[in-house]
Amino acid sequence: MFSFFLSSGFFLGWSLGANDASNVFGTAVGSKMIRFKTAAIYCSLFVILGAVISGAGASHTLGKLGAVNALAGAFLVAFSAALSVYLMTLAKFPVSTSQAIVGAIIGWNLFSGSVTDINALTKIVSTWIFCPALSACFAIGLYKATTIIINRFKIRMFRLDLITRYSLLSAGIFGSYALGANNIANVMGVFVPVAPFSHITLLGLTFSPAQQLFFLGGMAIAVGVFTYSKRVMMTVGTGIFPLTPVAATVVVWSHSAVLFIFSSQALEAWLLSHNLPTIPLVPVSSSQAIVGAVIGIGLLKGGRGIRWRTVTGITSSWVTTPIIAALVCFISLFFMQNVFQQKTYTPVEYNITQSAMQRLMDSELPHAPFEPLMWETFPNGMAFSKAIHSAANLNNEQARSILAIAELFEVEISSDLIQTLKKGPFTKEQINILSQLEGRTFQHKWEIKSALAEKSKMFRYRPADKQWNSHLDDFFSQLIGRMQS
Amino acid sequence: MKKILRVRTGIEKQVEHFLDQVSLSGLIFRQGCEYYLSGKEEDFERKIQEIADCEHVGDDLRRSINEHLYSKTLIPESRGDVMELLENMDSLLDRFKGTLWRFRIELPEICEEFHYDFKQLINASIEANEALVESCRAFFIDISKISSHLHKVSYWESESDKISIRLQESIFSKKDLRLSHRMQQRDFAHSLDKIADRAEDIADKLNIYAIKRSL
Repeated sequence: MFSFFLSSGFFLGWSLGANDASNVFGTAVGSKMIRFKTAAIYCSLFVILGAVISGAGASHTLGKLGAVNALAGAFLVAFSAALSVYLMTLAKFPVSTSQAIVGAIIGWNLFSGSVTDINALTKIVSTWIFCPALSACFAIGLYKATTIIINRFKIRMFRLDLITRYSLLSAGIFGSYALGANNIANVMGVFVPVAPFSHITLLGLTFSPAQQLFFLGGMAIAVGVFTYSKRVMMTVGTGIFPLTPVAATVVVWSHSAVLFIFSSQALEAWLLSHNLPTIPLVPVSSSQAIVGAVIGIGLLKGGRGIRWRTVTGITSSWVTTPIIAALVCFISLFFMQNVFQQKTYTPVEYNITQSAMQRLMDSELPHAPFEPLMWETFPNGMAFSKAIHSAANLNNEQARSILAIAELFEVEISSDLIQTLKKGPFTKEQINILSQLEGRTFQHKWEIKSALAEKSKMFRYRPADKQWNSHLDDFFSQLIGRMQS
Repeated sequence: MKKILRVRTGIEKQVEHFLDQVSLSGLIFRQGCEYYLSGKEEDFERKIQEIADCEHVGDDLRRSINEHLYSKTLIPESRGDVMELLENMDSLLDRFKGTLWRFRIELPEICEEFHYDFKQLINASIEANEALVESCRAFFIDISKISSHLHKVSYWESESDKISIRLQESIFSKKDLRLSHRMQQRDFAHSLDKIADRAEDIADKLNIYAIKRSL
């Protein structure tokens, strides 16, 4: 059943491979500088590597936007995104899988009554604007530097041709890796919380369930590259080539660099270690990064060649694509639930229990206005959010914290559960500590986290260690997912 | 990688060798004309043979370069321009050969008093050709230097025009000449002037190719 539901992810992956691979290798193939077969092999290989090695970063942010907690729901989220991309492409609107998947997740949130994390949404939407702008800046800087180097070293025509050819190939490889790392979250991100996989060790390397999913998604992208991208590459190649080949190379490098910085956990760790502000790891649109870079070079040359209609198209797609995807998702979920009788979401209830109230009192959050709400069970996040907002004036951060504290997750750590967890992706040490909680019952997720943190420092968050905390978040989401199933 | 580098070096050498042939054909042409005017028939015949060999080598090189450009899909964005440029340069080489052959076929009787102007005209055409060859080399090697050679082409073309007009006026103002004799000398002056004109046309196109390639 899981493989059937995963098919919509494959569909999305295929369409991503068919469309976005052209951004990476379109110029090189369209201009006949690199053969399609060579481009397709490199592209597929590095998309898969990027997805498996560096794909986790961007998927975290999507997970925060809405944790799709039922397989049929995940299927429809990916399907709606893919369908929206397909419909928008048919209507000749500029389209981005990133925007479609965000819209589809919001559609699922609305249908299931889950609260959309405004902070995560703002972070994602701001990157849609930031991505083409940053790509344009990169292109301007890189183009200037390239011009200086070529003029300074007086590179001959045929040697420049050779350098450009290899540079295009390298940029394509880097771009494919970055595309896999950044956009795999769009394709497989929604399936991560519901994937029934365990860790696999192969040739001394351990692959997490998410990495296995990303590998499958990468394969789907690769199939898209081989089966359908040639035509698009030819169109993009000839469409962009009025730029000189050197400028075209600069465009591909800028696009790849932008995709990379929006998905690199290593870069994030480096920035953190140097006390620099980090760049949010968010899936961004490959097409918009390319167009941003082209506009950058256009501006550098005086702005006469810029197609402002394309710019308007991009801006309008920031609004239209997510709205269409959200609508398609909402309607599909309705049909799936009421016509096909499938569980599209697991209801999440909220209750300010005694322990939740105690935690509120211990924290700096307001608690007195919520005393009348104690012991009242709310059927979903939206209803609870409405109730706490009418009881007190809260900002987004406070509301998010109260929601997390009041979210009900009733579980008893039985010996059967421990046995089930042993089959999961957990280490012996982790299982040993979990076994120490046998016999205890919990009402909230945070109670489990606190109990584990009391038992061992390996379950404690570290204030300034974003990487560790993200790793711990992964562990807890795996644990809760296993307990839920 | 090594193979591709070898192809690049090979084609660069071929282009340079081709441009050498165009330059050489100009020098042979000048010498050939001088021999004709001074009546050294044997030397003139030798130059006719040399320019024919030069043209043959030029044709072979141009074909080989075109083949390389297409079979190895080199410089796809400038391939058309480069091929057109080489074809035009080859046509200049043909023009040198053709004019020298016209001397051999028609054996025009150039009046002694016009020899100086004819030599001046030939010199202006050859200088225009030399400046054009240097512009072409700059196009392949260092595009920023093109303009410093291109303006020389224009200068020599304008010089050639002035000499040609002066020479034609002298031809038609000289008494005791048959009209056919006047017209033949005028035609030769005209065809020598055409070489510089053609060089300037190619230079104008080269300027556009350079703008297209400029970053």
